[in-house]
Amino acid sequence: MTMNHLVYLSAFVFASGLAIIITKRNAIMMLLGIELMLNAANLNLVVFNMQAGLDGQFFALFIIIIAVCEAAVGMALVLQIYRHVHTSLPDKFDALKEPDQK
Amino acid sequence: MTATTEYASYFLEGLAAVAVLGILFSKNVLHAALLLLVFLLCLAGIYVTLHAEVLAVTQILVYAGGIVVLILFGIMLTERITQRPLEVETRNLAGALAACGSLLAILIYALQNTTLHVLAYNDPVNNVRAIGTQLMSDFVLPLEIAGVLLLITLVGAVINATSSKA
Repeated sequence: MTMNHLVYLSAFVFASGLAIIITKRNAIMMLLGIELMLNAANLNLVVFNMQAGLDGQFFALFIIIIAVCEAAVGMALVLQIYRHVHTSLPDKFDALKEPDQK
Repeated sequence: MTATTEYASYFLEGLAAVAVLGILFSKNVLHAALLLLVFLLCLAGIYVTLHAEVLAVTQILVYAGGIVVLILFGIMLTERITQRPLEVETRNLAGALAACGSLLAILIYALQNTTLHVLAYNDPVNNVRAIGTQLMSDFVLPLEIAGVLLLITLVGAVINATSSKA
Protein backbone atom coordinates (compact mmCIF):
# COMPACT_ATOMS: atom_id res chain seq x y z
CA MET A 1 0.00 0.00 0.00
CA THR A 2 1.20 3.48 -0.76
CA MET A 3 0.84 6.62 1.30
CA ASN A 4 0.32 9.08 -1.52
CA HIS A 5 -3.23 9.92 -0.46
CA LEU A 6 -1.98 11.34 2.84
CA VAL A 7 0.40 13.66 1.02
CA TYR A 8 -2.46 14.70 -1.26
CA LEU A 9 -4.55 15.49 1.81
CA SER A 10 -1.66 17.52 3.21
CA ALA A 11 -1.36 19.53 -0.02
CA PHE A 12 -5.10 20.13 -0.03
CA VAL A 13 -5.11 21.34 3.58
CA PHE A 14 -2.17 23.65 2.89
CA ALA A 15 -3.88 25.19 -0.16
CA SER A 16 -7.14 25.61 1.78
CA GLY A 17 -5.32 27.31 4.65
CA LEU A 18 -3.72 29.72 2.21
CA ALA A 19 -7.13 30.41 0.65
CA ILE A 20 -8.62 31.09 4.10
CA ILE A 21 -5.86 33.56 4.91
CA ILE A 22 -6.38 35.36 1.60
CA THR A 23 -10.16 35.50 1.53
CA LYS A 24 -11.36 35.91 5.11
CA ARG A 25 -11.41 39.46 6.39
CA ASN A 26 -11.14 38.54 10.06
CA ALA A 27 -8.09 38.23 12.27
CA ILE A 28 -9.32 35.08 14.04
CA MET A 29 -10.09 33.35 10.76
CA MET A 30 -6.59 34.18 9.55
CA LEU A 31 -5.21 32.53 12.69
CA LEU A 32 -7.30 29.46 11.88
CA GLY A 33 -5.79 29.40 8.40
CA ILE A 34 -2.28 29.56 9.83
CA GLU A 35 -3.10 26.64 12.13
CA LEU A 36 -4.34 24.64 9.14
CA MET A 37 -1.13 25.28 7.23
CA LEU A 38 1.01 24.26 10.22
CA ASN A 39 -1.01 21.06 10.54
CA ALA A 40 -0.51 20.30 6.86
CA ALA A 41 3.24 20.59 7.37
CA ASN A 42 2.98 18.32 10.41
CA LEU A 43 1.09 15.66 8.47
CA ASN A 44 3.72 15.79 5.75
CA LEU A 45 6.48 15.34 8.30
CA VAL A 46 4.78 12.35 9.89
CA VAL A 47 4.17 10.70 6.53
CA PHE A 48 7.77 11.09 5.45
CA ASN A 49 8.77 9.92 8.92
CA MET A 50 7.42 6.50 7.90
CA GLN A 51 10.23 6.29 5.38
CA ALA A 52 13.20 6.66 7.70
CA GLY A 53 13.90 7.28 11.37
CA LEU A 54 11.94 9.15 14.01
CA ASP A 55 13.20 12.65 13.24
CA GLY A 56 10.01 13.73 11.51
CA GLN A 57 7.98 13.12 14.66
CA PHE A 58 10.38 15.24 16.71
CA PHE A 59 10.14 18.01 14.15
CA ALA A 60 6.34 17.81 14.29
CA LEU A 61 6.38 17.94 18.10
CA PHE A 62 8.45 21.11 18.10
CA ILE A 63 6.22 22.63 15.41
CA ILE A 64 3.23 22.00 17.71
CA ILE A 65 5.04 23.87 20.52
CA ILE A 66 5.75 26.82 18.24
CA ALA A 67 2.11 26.78 17.09
CA VAL A 68 0.99 27.10 20.72
CA CYS A 69 3.20 30.16 21.17
CA GLU A 70 1.90 31.68 17.95
CA ALA A 71 -1.74 31.09 18.86
CA ALA A 72 -1.34 32.53 22.37
CA VAL A 73 0.39 35.70 21.21
CA GLY A 74 -1.98 36.03 18.26
CA MET A 75 -5.09 35.81 20.42
CA ALA A 76 -3.61 38.31 22.91
CA LEU A 77 -2.97 40.74 20.06
CA VAL A 78 -6.48 40.22 18.66
CA LEU A 79 -8.04 40.90 22.07
CA GLN A 80 -5.96 44.03 22.57
CA ILE A 81 -6.83 45.34 19.09
CA TYR A 82 -10.52 44.68 19.75
CA ARG A 83 -10.33 46.73 22.92
CA HIS A 84 -8.90 49.68 21.02
CA VAL A 85 -10.49 49.61 17.59
CA HIS A 86 -13.71 47.58 18.19
CA THR A 87 -13.61 45.97 14.79
CA SER A 88 -12.83 42.58 13.35
CA LEU A 89 -11.51 43.75 10.01
CA PRO A 90 -7.73 43.93 9.68
CA ASP A 91 -8.25 46.48 6.91
CA LYS A 92 -9.59 48.92 9.50
CA PHE A 93 -6.37 48.97 11.52
CA ASP A 94 -5.10 51.92 9.54
CA ALA A 95 -4.08 54.36 12.28
CA LEU A 96 -0.55 54.54 10.88
CA LYS A 97 -1.73 55.34 7.37
CA GLU A 98 -1.58 58.81 5.87
CA PRO A 99 -5.02 60.44 6.15
CA ASP A 100 -5.22 61.35 2.46
CA GLN A 101 -4.63 57.80 1.38
CA LYS A 102 -7.67 56.38 3.16
CA MET B 1 -1.11 -1.76 8.01
CA THR B 2 -4.21 -3.93 8.29
CA ALA B 3 -7.36 -3.47 6.24
CA THR B 4 -9.31 -2.04 9.17
CA THR B 5 -6.66 0.57 9.80
CA GLU B 6 -6.64 1.43 6.13
CA TYR B 7 -10.41 1.96 6.01
CA ALA B 8 -10.26 4.03 9.18
CA SER B 9 -7.50 6.11 7.66
CA TYR B 10 -9.54 6.75 4.49
CA PHE B 11 -12.61 7.67 6.54
CA LEU B 12 -10.65 10.11 8.71
CA GLU B 13 -9.05 11.67 5.66
CA GLY B 14 -12.42 12.26 4.03
CA LEU B 15 -13.84 13.76 7.21
CA ALA B 16 -10.80 16.03 7.56
CA ALA B 17 -11.13 17.24 3.98
CA VAL B 18 -14.84 17.99 4.48
CA ALA B 19 -14.07 19.90 7.68
CA VAL B 20 -11.44 21.98 5.90
CA LEU B 21 -13.91 22.83 3.12
CA GLY B 22 -16.43 23.78 5.79
CA ILE B 23 -13.94 26.19 7.36
CA LEU B 24 -13.24 27.69 3.96
CA PHE B 25 -16.89 28.35 3.15
CA SER B 26 -18.35 29.12 6.61
CA LYS B 27 -19.59 32.59 7.45
CA ASN B 28 -19.52 32.20 11.22
CA VAL B 29 -16.24 32.23 13.12
CA LEU B 30 -17.64 29.99 15.86
CA HIS B 31 -18.63 27.29 13.37
CA ALA B 32 -15.19 27.56 11.78
CA ALA B 33 -13.49 27.05 15.15
CA LEU B 34 -15.63 23.96 15.86
CA LEU B 35 -14.85 22.57 12.38
CA LEU B 36 -11.17 23.16 13.13
CA LEU B 37 -11.66 20.99 16.22
CA VAL B 38 -13.13 18.22 14.01
CA PHE B 39 -10.19 18.51 11.63
CA LEU B 40 -7.62 18.34 14.44
CA LEU B 41 -9.25 15.26 15.96
CA CYS B 42 -9.29 13.55 12.54
CA LEU B 43 -5.61 14.37 12.15
CA ALA B 44 -4.92 12.81 15.56
CA GLY B 45 -6.70 9.66 14.38
CA ILE B 46 -4.58 9.61 11.22
CA TYR B 47 -1.47 9.90 13.39
CA VAL B 48 -2.61 6.84 15.34
CA THR B 49 -2.99 4.87 12.10
CA LEU B 50 0.54 5.96 11.18
CA HIS B 51 1.95 4.62 14.48
CA ALA B 52 2.76 8.11 15.78
CA GLU B 53 0.94 7.73 19.09
CA VAL B 54 2.92 10.34 21.01
CA LEU B 55 2.15 12.89 18.35
CA ALA B 56 -1.55 11.95 18.36
CA VAL B 57 -1.83 12.43 22.13
CA THR B 58 0.07 15.71 21.91
CA GLN B 59 -2.21 16.83 19.11
CA ILE B 60 -5.32 16.16 21.18
CA LEU B 61 -3.90 17.69 24.37
CA VAL B 62 -2.34 20.78 22.87
CA TYR B 63 -4.42 21.55 19.79
CA ALA B 64 -7.87 20.27 20.65
CA GLY B 65 -7.54 21.04 24.36
CA GLY B 66 -5.48 24.20 24.21
CA ILE B 67 -5.56 26.12 20.98
CA VAL B 68 -9.21 25.55 20.08
CA VAL B 69 -10.31 26.51 23.60
CA LEU B 70 -8.12 29.61 23.35
CA ILE B 71 -9.67 30.55 20.01
CA LEU B 72 -13.19 29.96 21.38
CA PHE B 73 -12.44 32.17 24.38
CA GLY B 74 -11.09 34.82 22.03
CA ILE B 75 -14.21 34.68 19.87
CA MET B 76 -16.54 34.94 22.85
CA LEU B 77 -14.57 37.76 24.50
CA THR B 78 -14.45 39.83 21.33
CA GLU B 79 -18.13 39.18 20.75
CA ARG B 80 -18.82 40.45 24.24
CA ILE B 81 -16.80 43.61 23.65
CA THR B 82 -18.39 44.57 20.37
CA GLN B 83 -21.90 43.30 21.30
CA ARG B 84 -22.60 41.78 17.87
CA PRO B 85 -21.99 38.34 16.41
CA LEU B 86 -18.83 37.80 14.47
CA GLU B 87 -19.65 37.63 10.79
CA VAL B 88 -16.92 37.11 8.28
CA GLU B 89 -16.76 38.87 4.96
CA THR B 90 -15.28 36.86 2.16
CA ARG B 91 -13.35 38.85 -0.37
CA ASN B 92 -11.25 37.96 -3.41
CA LEU B 93 -12.79 34.50 -3.45
CA ALA B 94 -12.32 33.85 -7.17
CA GLY B 95 -8.73 35.02 -7.25
CA ALA B 96 -7.81 33.15 -4.08
CA LEU B 97 -9.42 29.96 -5.32
CA ALA B 98 -7.57 30.30 -8.63
CA ALA B 99 -4.22 30.89 -6.91
CA CYS B 100 -4.61 28.13 -4.32
CA GLY B 101 -6.08 25.74 -6.88
CA SER B 102 -3.09 26.21 -9.12
CA LEU B 103 -0.77 25.70 -6.14
CA LEU B 104 -2.63 22.47 -5.35
CA ALA B 105 -2.40 21.40 -8.98
CA ILE B 106 1.36 22.00 -9.01
CA LEU B 107 1.80 20.03 -5.79
CA ILE B 108 -0.30 17.11 -7.04
CA TYR B 109 1.53 17.12 -10.37
CA ALA B 110 4.84 16.95 -8.53
CA LEU B 111 3.61 14.21 -6.21
CA GLN B 112 2.24 12.01 -8.98
CA ASN B 113 5.70 10.92 -10.05
CA THR B 114 6.63 9.54 -6.64
CA THR B 115 5.37 6.54 -4.75
CA LEU B 116 5.70 6.52 -1.00
CA HIS B 117 5.88 3.02 0.43
CA VAL B 118 5.49 2.18 4.06
CA LEU B 119 8.69 0.67 5.35
CA ALA B 120 8.32 -1.85 8.10
CA TYR B 121 10.85 -0.21 10.36
CA ASN B 122 8.32 1.17 12.80
CA ASP B 123 7.89 -1.05 15.80
CA PRO B 124 4.62 0.11 17.36
CA VAL B 125 5.57 -1.11 20.81
CA ASN B 126 8.96 0.51 21.02
CA ASN B 127 7.98 3.74 19.30
CA VAL B 128 6.95 5.58 22.45
CA ARG B 129 9.97 4.36 24.37
CA ALA B 130 12.32 5.42 21.56
CA ILE B 131 10.79 8.88 21.40
CA GLY B 132 11.07 9.34 25.16
CA THR B 133 14.66 8.20 25.22
CA GLN B 134 15.73 10.36 22.31
CA LEU B 135 13.82 13.38 23.65
CA MET B 136 15.87 13.17 26.84
CA SER B 137 19.21 12.44 25.17
CA ASP B 138 19.65 13.62 21.58
CA PHE B 139 16.97 16.29 21.54
CA VAL B 140 17.36 17.64 25.08
CA LEU B 141 18.70 21.03 23.98
CA PRO B 142 15.80 21.76 21.56
CA LEU B 143 13.41 20.54 24.25
CA GLU B 144 14.80 22.94 26.86
CA ILE B 145 14.87 25.83 24.39
CA ALA B 146 11.27 25.09 23.45
CA GLY B 147 10.28 25.03 27.11
CA VAL B 148 11.90 28.40 27.82
CA LEU B 149 10.36 29.85 24.65
CA LEU B 150 6.92 28.59 25.68
CA LEU B 151 7.26 30.11 29.16
CA ILE B 152 8.40 33.49 27.84
CA THR B 153 5.68 33.55 25.19
CA LEU B 154 2.86 32.67 27.56
CA VAL B 155 3.97 35.24 30.15
CA GLY B 156 4.18 37.84 27.39
CA ALA B 157 0.76 36.89 26.06
CA VAL B 158 -0.82 37.18 29.52
CA ILE B 159 0.78 40.58 30.11
CA ASN B 160 -0.25 41.76 26.66
CA ALA B 161 -3.83 40.58 27.05
CA THR B 162 -4.40 41.95 30.55
CA SER B 163 -2.91 45.45 30.32
CA SER B 164 -5.99 47.39 29.32
CA LYS B 165 -4.49 50.89 29.48
CA ALA B 166 -1.80 51.28 26.87
